[in-house]
Amino acid sequence: MKADGRALRGVVALALLGGFVLPIIAGFAQTARAAFGVLPAISAVDWSLDAWRALLDLPGFGTNLRLTLVTGVGSTVLALVLAAGFVALVYGRWAGLMGRALIPLLAAPHAALAIGLAFLLTPSGWIARMLSPGVTGWDRPPDLATVNDGWGVALIIGLLIKEVPFLLLIMGSALGQLPVRGQLAAGRALGYGRGMVWAKVILPQVYPLIRLPIFIVLAFSLSVVDLAIILGPSNPPTFSVAIVRWFSAPDIALILPASAAALMQVGVVAGAIGLWIVAEGVARRVGLWWLRRGGRGHSAGPGLWVAGGMVAVLFALGILALLSLLVWSFAWRWSFPQALPQSWSMRAWMTPGAGWGDAARATIVIGVATMLASLALAIAWLEGEDRARRGRAGWAQVMIYLPLLVPQIGFLYGLNVLFLQMGISGGMLAVIWAQMLFVFPYVMIALSDPWRALDRQHLRAAAALGASPWRRLVAVKLPMLVRPLMVAGAVGFAVSVAQYLPTLFMGAGRVATLTTEAVTLASGSDRRIVGVYAVLQAGLPFLAYGAALLVPALVYRNRRGLQGGAR
Amino acid sequence: MSLGLFDVSVGPKGRAPLFLPVSLQVAGGEVATLMGPSGIGKSTLLDAIGGHLVYGFAVSGRVELAGRDMLALPTEARRIGVLFQDAMLFPHLSVGDNLAFGLARGVRGAARRAAVEEALEQAGLAGFAGRDPATLSGGQRARAALMRALLAEPLALLLDEPFSRLDKELRAEIRAFVFDHLRARAIPALMVTHDASDAEAAGGVVVQL
Repeated sequence: MKADGRALRGVVALALLGGFVLPIIAGFAQTARAAFGVLPAISAVDWSLDAWRALLDLPGFGTNLRLTLVTGVGSTVLALVLAAGFVALVYGRWAGLMGRALIPLLAAPHAALAIGLAFLLTPSGWIARMLSPGVTGWDRPPDLATVNDGWGVALIIGLLIKEVPFLLLIMGSALGQLPVRGQLAAGRALGYGRGMVWAKVILPQVYPLIRLPIFIVLAFSLSVVDLAIILGPSNPPTFSVAIVRWFSAPDIALILPASAAALMQVGVVAGAIGLWIVAEGVARRVGLWWLRRGGRGHSAGPGLWVAGGMVAVLFALGILALLSLLVWSFAWRWSFPQALPQSWSMRAWMTPGAGWGDAARATIVIGVATMLASLALAIAWLEGEDRARRGRAGWAQVMIYLPLLVPQIGFLYGLNVLFLQMGISGGMLAVIWAQMLFVFPYVMIALSDPWRALDRQHLRAAAALGASPWRRLVAVKLPMLVRPLMVAGAVGFAVSVAQYLPTLFMGAGRVATLTTEAVTLASGSDRRIVGVYAVLQAGLPFLAYGAALLVPALVYRNRRGLQGGAR
Repeated sequence: MSLGLFDVSVGPKGRAPLFLPVSLQVAGGEVATLMGPSGIGKSTLLDAIGGHLVYGFAVSGRVELAGRDMLALPTEARRIGVLFQDAMLFPHLSVGDNLAFGLARGVRGAARRAAVEEALEQAGLAGFAGRDPATLSGGQRARAALMRALLAEPLALLLDEPFSRLDKELRAEIRAFVFDHLRARAIPALMVTHDASDAEAAGGVVVQL
């Protein structure tokens, strides 16, 4: 029995090591070689620092870096503050309603949301149309940079709309592990205001539980590409967008400085995380000093309402953005100051042959394959832990989440060079495999807690009834976990649909998904066509989440013990 | 058929055992009782006998059932049933499927249904096969759990405070129901309890840990 568990663990560990960790290291090695002058494919063979010198001389380099730091760190700090304030405000009040409102925003891929936001915020966008000419007096779109603004404000808004719901979700599950109601009552009985109890008692307990997701948000915000292409400053763009541009520039000599930049991007993320950890220490000291002064903070209420109001505005923007995709995809004639299209049409939807049919098919095939493979691997991993009867080692935790913490661009390009040498670049399999690097960790995040929360007594009962480990898995564990399994599958599918960079690089331009097409078309194409792509891109994950909620409810409609349990 | 414990002790690996070694013989149909203060390791001893020890704990000594060494076998091959504080009916299966879960593979088709129906009838649950376990009362659940354990034809049964969640009247009733079935089938049983009336009703040896 023990040996069986060991064999299973061994296979899973080997699969992760060989499939995930080694390729990432190999990709980095490839990138690093190129950063120091060696890339035989373009007949660069001499070790040198030229690539770095060239990078420093590239136009806009300093601005690129500043934009990335401001938008990445700024949006993470803001998202954390807003989410914390919002949770303090709504906890125990409108939690159910909020939970449902979060789903579309969580499910929508970044690119679709960004396109919708652009449709909403541009001078010729929906908001301007609703307010014109009545409020603004405009009868033609003004010449303002409300999207792609040089400060990155639109990009920060876009990041916030995706990250605040994610943090709220994570905080929600962390709060479930704490006796919040009792501590809230105890704190208020000691004379502390509601907001103060949250800040001084609850949040310090929540923070350690959500630390890893915060690092993931930070790393993501610093290295995001698709969102930054659509909403971010265009010239000069953020660092990561600039790197992608240099990599795909017609001038192949730019590949070397681009590799140096990709390596530097890793340093930027590592530095930011390091800085964040230093700031944690400072915040702990300051927080303790503040806590020991014993202020009751009855005046903290307005601060919470400001945070709550901002989150409500963000949610409204997000929902409107998704709605605007739908409206535009069915619009036909829609001249500027009209609040709604003058005539509607199905025409954009009638021509799948124009490209979105193939893209949708590729997206679904890749998404389902990636999701199933990741789910199988996750189940194998968790079952291995069960059979060894022990929890997860620290190194394993790091290995699973590593792909989410290092910038994709740091190793994907280098990896593709290796794939090219092996002749497997540009195929579906290469894309599926590359996406799994990022899908598997999210599936693990979604599945680990419910898996561990399963009452072990049920498994003991099954074993005492003579069920083998295999039967315990198939006949007891998996059926009892159908709901979290379906949710994890939906999360995996949604993450796969949203992948941009892995699809772009590993597909070598030959694999077109809804996401790659939508990002390409986003600037300057017909909004009706872009709308169709983005609606499909946002709709597929939404359908997956719907199925994840619906299927268990149908299968277990007569099983009260499994309703509403593990969500 | 009897359950024998020879100098059995349990504790965290590499550390002192939780209690002094226990030796005990339980004949078929007898119910022996383990008593002692909370945290002494009564339930851990049951876990060791049934094969449910968590990682990091080790058992020493010998456990024999029908002449075979149990500690060398995996849980599912020991044929030692367990009744917990909660009935632990599988929430995704109907009451009938729960009972059938422990039936041997060789019992097929109509014989399988008949065995389940008969067990349900003995438990006063005739016609409950299609029911959702979550809709059963506490007493009904306890009886269904016993029937599920018995259908697996265990060679011994472990009782881990199985009556402690029941109110006083129901407790006596369920207790008598369980003990009667054990005696009728000559199954040796080992019970952990905090309640002296349980030990008295069991009528077997009482071991103080």
